[in-house]
Amino acid sequence: MSQKILAHVEASSLKPEVAKFNIGDTVDVHTRILEGDKERIQIFNGLVIARSGTGSREMFTVRRIVAGEGVERKFPLHSPKIAKIEVKRSGVVRRAKLYYLRDRVGKATRLREKRDEIATEGAAKKPARKKAATKA
Amino acid sequence: MAPGLYFAGETTMAATGAAPAVRAEKAGRKGLLGRKIGMTQVFDADGTVVPVTVIEAGPCPILSVRSVARDGYSAVQIGFLDKPRRLASRSLRGQVANLDGKRAKSRAEAGVPVAPKADCEPQRLVREMRGVYEGVEIGQMLTVDLFDGVDFVDVTGTTKGRGTAGVMKRHGFKGQRASHGVKKVHRHQGGTGMNTSPARVFKGKRMAGRYGNERSTMRNLKLVRIDKENNLLLVRGAIPGPQGSYVMVRQTNKLKRVGVGAPASKKKAGGK
Repeated sequence: MSQKILAHVEASSLKPEVAKFNIGDTVDVHTRILEGDKERIQIFNGLVIARSGTGSREMFTVRRIVAGEGVERKFPLHSPKIAKIEVKRSGVVRRAKLYYLRDRVGKATRLREKRDEIATEGAAKKPARKKAATKA
Repeated sequence: MAPGLYFAGETTMAATGAAPAVRAEKAGRKGLLGRKIGMTQVFDADGTVVPVTVIEAGPCPILSVRSVARDGYSAVQIGFLDKPRRLASRSLRGQVANLDGKRAKSRAEAGVPVAPKADCEPQRLVREMRGVYEGVEIGQMLTVDLFDGVDFVDVTGTTKGRGTAGVMKRHGFKGQRASHGVKKVHRHQGGTGMNTSPARVFKGKRMAGRYGNERSTMRNLKLVRIDKENNLLLVRGAIPGPQGSYVMVRQTNKLKRVGVGAPASKKKAGGK
């Protein structure tokens, strides 16, 4: 019963629709930023290395390399501050958490690109096939 | 809910001269009994994550109203959660409704007035809230509507029982060193006092023992949301006790943050 009530409370925080993306995808996260009273969109581009939590508490971690330094940002999936999540390319991965990428530098951080989008992915549009762009 | 419920504005003096040591009876605070459901998080207006505890509060029937004239103090008695009649004792059933019986019959014959009862199901949890409440009547149902316009609440509950706990957990002692000759006493306290003078341990010395399972109040919790449909209150932060434990939620009377939501007891709370 308690869990049902909690789920009901959390349902109010859920977005009706969230972008579909997987571990190993390179994404653009469009975040709303308030500057004074003006709102603007900032894009954080990087590789999704983890998803955690369930329901309204679900979070995902995006990693990118900025000026030779690894930067990770963790976003609440259902945060109203996230305007959009765009999948740029999908990598082939065999685990749910890509923490091993933290120990790798340079070329070793590349992931093989997913060739065939599985039909059941449905809404996820086919990413433009680029030549193994390495890091974001 | 029934209209006309409001709470006494200022402190009212106990008017009965008969009672010895007439003390000022304070105005009652809005309050409900409830059950801790658990914690989760919600997003506020600007998208910030707010950690909240969900409390199922009310509906609470008013079972009795205490007055200085009759009882020597002021309070309301409220209940929470119905208890099946087959499980409730006769006294519990008699608390909420007038029961038939030999005694009731003889009292009626003698012309003793029948005490008003809430006429509801027996209640699992019954508590009194001290203070003068005006415009309340027995049998009235209090719901989360009560907290309309209330910004901060105090939540009283029973903390999780820890059983016998050492001094580090119970009192936050630092324990002893991991090395440098310390043997098997890493989580012990150190000395408990002095030497031949006073040659005893002072009373009240904090030591290991029973910890938890005691009444505790978290004050000044922000009331984040009221879900009237499901009788839910969402308060910011944690409250005492395990999930499913009973709590009492009251409008705070200790407001730290100035400017926001002064307690309604200071305002003229004019009912609904």
